[in-house]
Amino acid sequence: MYKIVKKRELNPTVTLMEIAAPAVAKKAQPGQFIILRVDEKGERIPLTVADYNRESGTVTIIFQIVGATTEKLNHKQEGGFIQDFVGPLGVPTHTEGLKKVAVVGGGVGCAIAYPIAKKLHSEGCEVHSIVGFRSKDLVILEEEFAAASTRLCRRSDDGSWGEKGLVTDALRKLLESGEKYDRVIAIGPLIMMKFVCKLTKEFDIPTTVSMNPIMIDGTGMCGGCRLSLIQEGRRVTKFACVDGPDFDGHEVDFDEAMARGAMYKDFERHAHEETCNLFREVESHA
Amino acid sequence: MPNMSLKKNEMPSQEPNVRNKNFKEVALGYTEEQAIDEAKRCLNCKNRPCVSGCPVNIMIPDFIAKMAEGDFEGAYQVIAKSSALPAVCGRVCPQESQCEKLCVRGKKGEPVGIGRLERFAADWHNERVKEAPEKPRPNGHKVAVIGSGPSGLTCAGDLARLGYEVTVFEALHTAGGVLVYGIPEFRLPKAIVQKEIDGLKEMGVKIETNMVIGRALSIDELLEDGFEAVFIGSGAGLPRFMNIPGENLKGVYSANEFLTRVNLMKAYLPGSDTPIQHAKRVAVVGGGNVAMDAARCAKRLGAEEVYIVYRRSEKELPARAEEVEHAKEEGIIFKLLNNPAKILGDETGSVKGMECLEMELGEPDASGRRRPVEKQGSEFVLDVDCVIMAIGTSPNPLIKSTTQGLETQKWGGIIVEEETGLTSRPNVYAGGDAVTGAATVILAMGAGKTAAKAIHEKLCGKES
Repeated sequence: MYKIVKKRELNPTVTLMEIAAPAVAKKAQPGQFIILRVDEKGERIPLTVADYNRESGTVTIIFQIVGATTEKLNHKQEGGFIQDFVGPLGVPTHTEGLKKVAVVGGGVGCAIAYPIAKKLHSEGCEVHSIVGFRSKDLVILEEEFAAASTRLCRRSDDGSWGEKGLVTDALRKLLESGEKYDRVIAIGPLIMMKFVCKLTKEFDIPTTVSMNPIMIDGTGMCGGCRLSLIQEGRRVTKFACVDGPDFDGHEVDFDEAMARGAMYKDFERHAHEETCNLFREVESHA
Repeated sequence: MPNMSLKKNEMPSQEPNVRNKNFKEVALGYTEEQAIDEAKRCLNCKNRPCVSGCPVNIMIPDFIAKMAEGDFEGAYQVIAKSSALPAVCGRVCPQESQCEKLCVRGKKGEPVGIGRLERFAADWHNERVKEAPEKPRPNGHKVAVIGSGPSGLTCAGDLARLGYEVTVFEALHTAGGVLVYGIPEFRLPKAIVQKEIDGLKEMGVKIETNMVIGRALSIDELLEDGFEAVFIGSGAGLPRFMNIPGENLKGVYSANEFLTRVNLMKAYLPGSDTPIQHAKRVAVVGGGNVAMDAARCAKRLGAEEVYIVYRRSEKELPARAEEVEHAKEEGIIFKLLNNPAKILGDETGSVKGMECLEMELGEPDASGRRRPVEKQGSEFVLDVDCVIMAIGTSPNPLIKSTTQGLETQKWGGIIVEEETGLTSRPNVYAGGDAVTGAATVILAMGAGKTAAKAIHEKLCGKES
């Protein structure tokens, strides 16, 4: 069992938790992830390591409430326990030799983009962060990003925070104004990453994306997380949990990844409704 | 007076049309009378060929003699000297190609039901004998075991009995390896596996779950942390795919994924949070035990039609004969001498069919098996909405890639000295599927035993 030592709501649908997991905290690096199971009947879900503290032996996770499991996790309180917490998994994000990088984060993907921006910034790299949210209420990690970036561009879909527009619009503006990056690192919804890659392809800038397919074990034993890369015209299958989660965005078959991500949509919707009803019932009896 | 019946005592089992709708154990096991009666078929012959057919050399005629007298606990004790997991092996060993293959009674009629008798003795013991095994006196040596599958558990058990302080590191949240994520409940009830693991814990074996060696800790760190020897029993869990078009469509699973969802995550139970596709028509590609398990699980999840698609003929099916028999009884359809060419998808990216080719058997290849050859122009489409690939697995590269100087075969198997299990790294041993590639539970156990003996000789040989 793993103790929740801290819980904080970042916005109405996004929660931060610090979990006591010394073995994970000792080795975790930006870009890696963990897999957790809330309780005995729980499923295994992957979440990115948002931060870690090697001294206190804690790992920070940030999650959006999107379904039954994240709903159940969010009902756990500070001081409570979760059943299983395993990691660090996946390959850390490569940052060596990068001098100037644009970090693009969309929505809760910013929780994954932030530790990478922080690491790059601390290594002396010039970091331009472009972060986007649907609206002001959903903004997370604003101060953290400001502290970890040489330049910060804020965007929201409805204009309630920063400038109105998409992260791709902001990135295009920067690129068209003549900014040159060694690399663009994009993390967020698949559709966002797809369009960032389309744009950077135009400008011929190497682009890393962090993929978030369905996972079970996270150790390379099932291939549930597989995705296709197109390398020199050939289709190559990779397992995101061991080969990634970072990939060359110009090689990823995003359309296939989006289709695969929707595999259990009906089950998930149903499970989420049931969980919500269950909590409502419990609360009405309390 | 020996029982000269030419046939084995039949094992009572659930009716095919009942059991293919539930996950309860298919074979129900002998009664005491049936066990004694079957034990009397053993002739207790002098040269004991059955013993040499058993990879861990259980003294088969000795335990059977005890059973014939009705001394079931005595029989269990004979088995326990050689095998750490008899309730498991009695159920999942391919006896027809091991102990029972060499049984003298099999020359004319059926061999003695050795596996069924082993199973009976183990179940009898597990149900009645409650006292914990005696905790051995610590000898002051520490050994780390990576992986809690059959090889790791056996190695850990043997070392613990000798007084070693053993820690087993398991990547998943439940110990047991393939016994918990791979082999389904209807063939191997998980309570039995848990019982055998609890026995090890009572002997002092520590099991640390959620520990991925190669990520959270490396083998070098284990050695620096005071473990004097390490046994790698990490198995062969990396699934193979065919690299045919359409393999990444929704509805194509590796057998590992499908079985992990079903067995480890209990996706078949209504209370489980883990989803699984309840397909209508399923094709399972492959002919081994894993393929049979996947097909029979798919049927139990409610599939109307389940096909085994295998490129050779019935004779070459690598699965246990009993499982093939059970699968057929349960309505699994065998499409033999057929090979998939591509998987077809609909506009949403879901599987809607699988194009196959008919095959014929050509000349024998290097392994002596006749090579399947495609029949030109024989393409046909199997109408399915789910495809499960059960064409084999290879060792996971994680340990190899994070352990300097650990030599492996091109295909990933760890290279070891056969007699000891010692790898190219001093004090690092390996065994089971991590060395051989996907094989059997009992062979993995044998390798765990060999390594435990070698580790003991290395660490205590001079003292004792």
